[in-house]
Amino acid sequence: MSGLVTGWGRTTATRADRVPVRSVDDVVAAVRAAGPDRPLLARGLGRAYGDAALCAGGTVLDVRPLAGPPVLDADGVADVAAGTSIGELLDAALPHGLFVPVSPGTRHVTVGGALAADVHGKNHHRDGSIARHLESVTVVDGTGTVRELAAGDPLLGGVLGGMGLGGVVVSARVRLLPVASASMLVRTRRTADLEETMAVLAADDAEHRYTVAWLDLLAGGRRTGRGVVTSGDHAGADTPGALAPERHDPPPRLPAVPALPLGAVRRGPATAFNTAYWHRAPRRPSRGLQSTAAFFHPLDVLPGWNGLYGPRGFVQYQVVVPDDESLRRLVAGLRADGVAVTLAVLKRFGPGSGHPLSFPSPGWTLAADLAADAALGPALDRADALVAAAGGRTYLAKDARVRPDVLQATYPGLERWRALRATLDPRGVFTSDLARRLHL
Amino acid sequence: MIDALGAPQSVLVLGGGSDIALATLRRWAGAGRLERVVLAGRPGPRRDAAADRVRGWAPDAAVEVVDFDAARPDTHAAALDPVFAGPVDVVLLAFGVLPDGPTLPDPVAAAAVVTTNFTGAVSALTVVAGHLRAAGHGRVVVLSSVAGERVRRSNYLYGASKAGLDGFATGLGEDLRGSGVEVLIVRPGFVRSSMTDGLEPAPLAVDPDDVARVVVRRTPGPGGVVWVPGTLRAVMSVLRHVPTPVFRRLPL
Ligand SMILES: Cc1cc2nc3c(=O)[nH]c(=O)nc-3n(C[C@H](O)[C@H](O)[C@H](O)COP(=O)(O)OP(=O)(O)OC[C@H]3O[C@@H](n4cnc5c(N)ncnc54)[C@H](O)[C@@H]3O)c2cc1C
Ligand SMILES: NC(=O)c1ccc[n+]([C@@H]2O[C@H](COP(=O)([O-])OP(=O)(O)OC[C@H]3O[C@@H](n4cnc5c(N)ncnc54)[C@H](OP(=O)(O)O)[C@@H]3O)[C@@H](O)[C@H]2O)c1
Repeated sequence: MSGLVTGWGRTTATRADRVPVRSVDDVVAAVRAAGPDRPLLARGLGRAYGDAALCAGGTVLDVRPLAGPPVLDADGVADVAAGTSIGELLDAALPHGLFVPVSPGTRHVTVGGALAADVHGKNHHRDGSIARHLESVTVVDGTGTVRELAAGDPLLGGVLGGMGLGGVVVSARVRLLPVASASMLVRTRRTADLEETMAVLAADDAEHRYTVAWLDLLAGGRRTGRGVVTSGDHAGADTPGALAPERHDPPPRLPAVPALPLGAVRRGPATAFNTAYWHRAPRRPSRGLQSTAAFFHPLDVLPGWNGLYGPRGFVQYQVVVPDDESLRRLVAGLRADGVAVTLAVLKRFGPGSGHPLSFPSPGWTLAADLAADAALGPALDRADALVAAAGGRTYLAKDARVRPDVLQATYPGLERWRALRATLDPRGVFTSDLARRLHL
Repeated sequence: MIDALGAPQSVLVLGGGSDIALATLRRWAGAGRLERVVLAGRPGPRRDAAADRVRGWAPDAAVEVVDFDAARPDTHAAALDPVFAGPVDVVLLAFGVLPDGPTLPDPVAAAAVVTTNFTGAVSALTVVAGHLRAAGHGRVVVLSSVAGERVRRSNYLYGASKAGLDGFATGLGEDLRGSGVEVLIVRPGFVRSSMTDGLEPAPLAVDPDDVARVVVRRTPGPGGVVWVPGTLRAVMSVLRHVPTPVFRRLPL
């Protein structure tokens, strides 16, 4: 079946043959049928924002059907098929008192996609990215050979963070986190400006497993960067009101909001939303219990929210910078350029995984949603220059527009990764629109 | 590839010396992503000068020239096929001739205008569309004209040729739906370019860069039709429906 494929940001759409795979044999057959002029790319739930899961003119392997109930062993390790979603893994594990070690901001990503992007969560400062929690990863490489790569195998560096270009992940053994309840004990606190947001996040990192700040970058003057910091931990079994693990209810599947013919998420409505959201947050720190869904995946209550940006779509600009001063300058620069950030999230990263294309590195990560508009180009290029000069970088799972030379300069491990990729994919079977655009 | 903000990395211009095309390339060069520019056109000093200017704007891009005569459809496949051995994100169809008068008394000369503006465009677009369809992505930007929207006595040969082009491009855009290729039809009014050199500018006249700005802004996202200046959209939708006896008396 041939069809248009697009990223979560719905900016560019390109056509590919879409081949669903249900077994490892299906994957092997598809890889063997592919070649450099008939390239192939694995795709999960399409939550990468830009063109990472697109392969114009080639074949996009729909890995989602390669799923099934995860097998949990006595040591809390899950053997899970790559098409299984993080949400499904969570639902299967939590009744056994186990939790996914890292969760992105939506439950609707596949395990394969999570590994390919080496995803991080609100616990990165403490637990690192998902790479740290793997016993082994099974991939089909570019020759169609099934390889089980155990933790520590250098070839994992071609796959984790490799955005699908190092092979098709078919399954993984993931070490889960023991938890005593299905509830989160959450501290919420509103901050007056960027300085306070940064200070609260830094302080809370020492005390809490999970921390993140929602930022208001539309508010002007000193209020730019005011926000709401939420910090949480898994509630203990004895926390009053905490839900026992076996009482975890998978969240209901909700109807998607329809895509809009004209973009609704623009500066005006977003400013109103931000202001209201900030004012609604408690002035003094408050503590309360939340469900895992409310804490980890708040946006999932609005399925299809990405369609609200209209037919031109949106981009998410996510970068990491090592130091406080660079973050201040980055925010000030975006503000001075009049960039209308509709949604922004700030978090501190701990040490990176060491895999060459893995994104997280120590410092601040800022993720900013922006309605797509050609006029944004120069401002984001200036922001990139600042990030690059500071020793930071852009997240490939979100990117749709960075300049190739900037990207290459900010991933010093690129050459090392290319060598691993050449071993895993000697025929050059795997490619993506992202890889073509950035000359990975 | 074309990035999310519409900046292309590789562009093929058909009618490589066109003022509007050059203004557009200058803007794309400014976006800093250009890696390959192919100027297809008739050999000569104008094409060479255009290539030099593009090299100046995009020093890191490979700028190639290809011999291409719009009026020779039989040569189009041979001229353009090799271009698609490399990447092409955007094809900008910019060639065109403006006859000296409402029509031309010489039947061969009159037909030649149509051969360039319409027949040549049909054959070139046919070659290009085949390659882009296979690539699964791309943009075709067609410089049409309001002259084709309601053909008028003062330039009906040109208008008729542009009406044909506009109709073909519209159909092509529909045909390419779902292919990853979008077709953008640009209908400028009077543009102060070498094509109109020496002519009295019409009301709402614009410069090549005004057209370029719109092309650049509309390259990302869905294709469709765009007027330059934008007010012409309303003007033309009225003019399209004016009864002939009234239209005849308008100073157009
Ligand atoms: C609302 C939202 C919140 C998010 N929050 C976070 C966050 O907090 N932290 C974070 O790190 N990311 C976050 N992301 C990004 C997301 O986690 C990544 O883009 C992830 O890769 C998406 O997984 P997917 O299954 O949708 O993969 P897709 O988008 O389909 O593909 C993404 C990449 O993974 C590759 N891939 C997919 N499956 C496989 C496979 N089986 N084998 C090999 N390669 C494969 C693809 O080729 C592609 O390069 C968020 C995204 C959204 C939409
Ligand atoms: N100017 C306007 O008012 C206006 C308004 C609406 C639409 N348009 C359209 O916009 C497009 C660009 O026009 P412009 O204003 O940029 O004019 P321009 O500078 O005169 O460009 C026209 C180009 O067409 C080329 N060309 C003509 N015949 C050709 C042929 N047989 N083969 C290959 N190339 C040929 C010319 O190349 P040579 O150098 O070889 O002659 C020239 O580069 C045209 O399609 C025009 O019809 C213009």
